[in-house]
Amino acid sequence: MSARFEPRRLRAMLLKESLQIVRDPSTFLIAFVLPLILLFLFGYAISLDPQRTRIGLVLEDPGTPAASLAQAFENSRWFEVTGTRDLPALKRDLTAGRVRGIIVIPQDFSRRLQIPGERAQIQIITDGATPNAAGFVAGYAEGVRASWAAAQAASGNAALPLELVARYWFNPDLASHYFLIPGSVVIVMTMIGTLLTALVVAREWERGTMEAIMATPVTMAELLATKVIPYFLLGLVSMALCTSIAIFVFGVPFRGSLLGLLAISSAFLVPALGQGLLISAASKNQFVASQIALISGFLPAMVLSGFMFEIPSMPAPIRLITYLVPARYLVPSLQSVFLVGDLWGLFLRDIGIMLAFGALFFALALRATHRKVA
Amino acid sequence: MHGRLYATIVKELWALLRDPRSRILLVVPPVVQLFVIGFATTLEVKNFDVGVYDRDGGAYSREYIERLRGSPNVGRIVSLASPGEVRAAIDERAVIAVVMFDARFSADLAAGRPTVIQAILDGRRSNSSQIVAGYLGDIAAGIGAELRPGPGSAGTAANSESVISHWFNPNLDYLWFAMPSLIVIVGMVTGLAMTAQSVARERELGTFDQLMVSPLRVHEILIGKMVPPLLIGLLNATVYVLIIAFGFGIPLTGSVSLFFVALVFYLLALIGVGMLVSAVSQTQQQAFLGAFLVTVPAVVLSGYATPIDNMPYWLQLVAEGNPSKHFLIVTEGVFLKALPALEILRNTWPLALIALLTLAASSLLFRSRME
Repeated sequence: MSARFEPRRLRAMLLKESLQIVRDPSTFLIAFVLPLILLFLFGYAISLDPQRTRIGLVLEDPGTPAASLAQAFENSRWFEVTGTRDLPALKRDLTAGRVRGIIVIPQDFSRRLQIPGERAQIQIITDGATPNAAGFVAGYAEGVRASWAAAQAASGNAALPLELVARYWFNPDLASHYFLIPGSVVIVMTMIGTLLTALVVAREWERGTMEAIMATPVTMAELLATKVIPYFLLGLVSMALCTSIAIFVFGVPFRGSLLGLLAISSAFLVPALGQGLLISAASKNQFVASQIALISGFLPAMVLSGFMFEIPSMPAPIRLITYLVPARYLVPSLQSVFLVGDLWGLFLRDIGIMLAFGALFFALALRATHRKVA
Repeated sequence: MHGRLYATIVKELWALLRDPRSRILLVVPPVVQLFVIGFATTLEVKNFDVGVYDRDGGAYSREYIERLRGSPNVGRIVSLASPGEVRAAIDERAVIAVVMFDARFSADLAAGRPTVIQAILDGRRSNSSQIVAGYLGDIAAGIGAELRPGPGSAGTAANSESVISHWFNPNLDYLWFAMPSLIVIVGMVTGLAMTAQSVARERELGTFDQLMVSPLRVHEILIGKMVPPLLIGLLNATVYVLIIAFGFGIPLTGSVSLFFVALVFYLLALIGVGMLVSAVSQTQQQAFLGAFLVTVPAVVLSGYATPIDNMPYWLQLVAEGNPSKHFLIVTEGVFLKALPALEILRNTWPLALIALLTLAASSLLFRSRME
């Protein structure tokens, strides 16, 4: 079989594939509805920013200092306080998840405060079953107490001898949707490249139409090209949709160039499509292909690409696995093209790695296809 | 009637388990996912690299760098020699933060003048950066406190302090949270995909019409389709519970039998949603993508990734219709919190309601197609 392209044949095949895409409502679902849902959820529902957390406050001490500390908790912008004297009821609320923490100001708090050398303790109880919220409650509640103590001391000499001043480049307002929304582009392109392609081609194998096409004069290279080009374009269209919504609806800054965005997302689609072809050629069955695509494509893009979860924080064996995930190389470049600008040094390195993965996947897919026919 | 129902259940189990690859896919990936997702989805920040731009080179900046090196959370420390190197290190994500010392840093501190350390952090990862800034600030505060013992130690409130206790998970071990949650999340991904494809596959192959003209009643066909995902779901969840409780030693404090009662209703609710997707799909591809379209928002609105309390109120209402939201409370509660029976029931009846509504609706849809 020669690998030459015959323009007329290629055009006819491309037309056939494109019509198939346009006529199938599920393609529309994955290329346009899914991105909208994802962007919407990442824009509104998921937020890693600290927000008001519901806590219970038990004020056992009638003294003035205790009341002013309780007031400090009420006024804090981090907490929504349910005040009560009933600790057992609050403990039940904590178990049921209706509050995330309990602050107890004990009976002898005001009295002990007046005695030098005594420790006037308040109790901070958190719901450790949700470790993030627990850490947040503990940290901010201790912060409320410390700044209350500093304000009470008010002896003027409160300037700290050494302080750290933090400046956040690229995202001074620390808005988490600035990096979550570009991250969702990774998910969308993985879905189109890997999942959709794997399903479509597996269906051809399952129904036997793949063998039918192979029996025609179409060459192997033409066949792969016609499977790949329409989904490549679909992936780019969907990416453009996501980017426009990110910029115009959610106000995510775009500081790089369109060329940079196009280059890195095109480079990512190569391994994504190669993986989809490989899965379908190896499985030839839609159920199997969909499950493998989900586990080898979607989950790694979501969990191991570094877009929500920090790769350096993962245990060493998992960190090693992330090097095999093409999406890992897209996330830094994609976040940079939005928030920083064109960093061609970073882009070219990541593009090179992604294309290498793409070449590997296509070579394997070609071999798997040959073997099936033989 | 019993014979017919029995026969259709046997047929459905065979359809699912005949293919060796499907058999493997039903059991192996869920266990792999438990390990990979369980260990990977941490929001802790550890092992991060920090750049240092030290124009001072004095005793105090060296002291700070030494303490930074000693911190268990810091990975590598990269020395940077110019503002250009600082920019490049942040831009290319070689480091998440750079601490910078002025030329007069040690001299100022020694002379007792209030001094600051500048830190630049990567805002592309704003969440992690904030945590890193917290660590860096703590080290600065520690050095400052030793230089000058706390202001006004005889002041009125200086002797107050907090005693922090984390209930249910004293060391805030993230795995204790992630592992039980994955029973809910992975169970949903597998359950929805399996159910949605079962009917759609028959329809695509044309065998659903054969089923419809057989003596089987619609509810018998439906029950036949429901049994395999229910059994597989129960099997996988049991394997998970055993691995989590005995393999990882995560405490299982609540009632295991009530957990399984809630699990059955959770699986029925998932199967109901999957059936509904299947009922409106013409092909396997549509069914699978439809199930996926339901799964992603359901994961996000389950409370696993971020707490539901933090979402806008109307989204919290939407989350009430999400089976995984309710079952996550049960699972976390039964593992860590010895959740009382009343609270388990309070989160089980919505599951039963969702199951009832979705199964009734899909039964109606199938029936209307038959006529």
